[in-house]
Amino acid sequence: MDREEAFSRFKDCTVKVLHVEPEKVVPEATFAEDLEIDSLDLVELVMALEDEFSISVPESDLEGVDTVGKAFDLVYGKL
Amino acid sequence: MGILEGKKILITGVLNTSSIAYAASEVAIAEGAEIVLSGFGRGLSITQRAARKLGESVKVIELDVTDESHLNSLVDQLQPWKHLDGVLHSIGYAPPSCIGGDIFQANFLDVATAIEVSTFSLKSLTQALLPLLKEAPTGASVVGLDFDAQVAWPGYNWMGVAKAGLESLTRYLARDCGPMNIRVNLISAGPIRTIAAKSVESFSSFQDDWGQKAPLGWNPTDATGVGRSIVALLSDYMPQTTGEIIHVDGGFHALGA
Repeated sequence: MDREEAFSRFKDCTVKVLHVEPEKVVPEATFAEDLEIDSLDLVELVMALEDEFSISVPESDLEGVDTVGKAFDLVYGKL
Repeated sequence: MGILEGKKILITGVLNTSSIAYAASEVAIAEGAEIVLSGFGRGLSITQRAARKLGESVKVIELDVTDESHLNSLVDQLQPWKHLDGVLHSIGYAPPSCIGGDIFQANFLDVATAIEVSTFSLKSLTQALLPLLKEAPTGASVVGLDFDAQVAWPGYNWMGVAKAGLESLTRYLARDCGPMNIRVNLISAGPIRTIAAKSVESFSSFQDDWGQKAPLGWNPTDATGVGRSIVALLSDYMPQTTGEIIHVDGGFHALGA
């Protein structure tokens, strides 16, 4: 899967789970300020992404992941 | 044949795969148990995702232990079960003022919330389930999760006070449930990196040193050992144990320094 296709699926999943506007899901967007989601939302997003991409993301990998771009890199790195 | 073969177990407190209750669920299923999970509020949809990871057939019910109507309908929600062999109470919450900083900053309303959710709920949950627990063919087991409340911890504050209450409550519940052949015990676990633990920032100040002091070592990212111990208490292999606090902490509690 190329990066563009992966991001598209990542974005669709994020929009569906977090109920955010698609145009807000850009790499530089922060979860807390730009998307206004909290840690519980983030937990749900990670679980949805695990299902979507058939990957496993341990809690320890999530340290410091505070933007859409960092989350996507984490997911893409596991494909 | 597993040690929970055919047993019906209610497991609260599965939020995601890092939850201690998730580890307990995995072991319980592997040992032959039929389980139902409960989730609550915004966490419910996350619990449902975690349940699918455990297996297609794992049912999730909604249960807020502070909501009388949820407690009153709990037995109905567990139908068609006619008895319950065990329940894991893995529930705790304290408002931000109760955790971190010093002990003086919390007011009583916040402390009351911490005690209601983290301590009193063991009574509420057990009481709501009594009609089913009483019918368990080989006796029933109630297991709660503790963090050693004999000493003060950095930042744990009113959650520590709530846990001290939980330890005491366990003994009183054991007294009053024993005649119904229901055992009540706690697992006092070492620090595990769960979502709940992340909200106690000071946990990180001692969780990494835990393994150096504990004779058996300690891995804060692996709850399997705690899960297996929970299952041991839920099984028929500890039939004469009640009102007890079992430390599953690598032996940390046994050493002074």
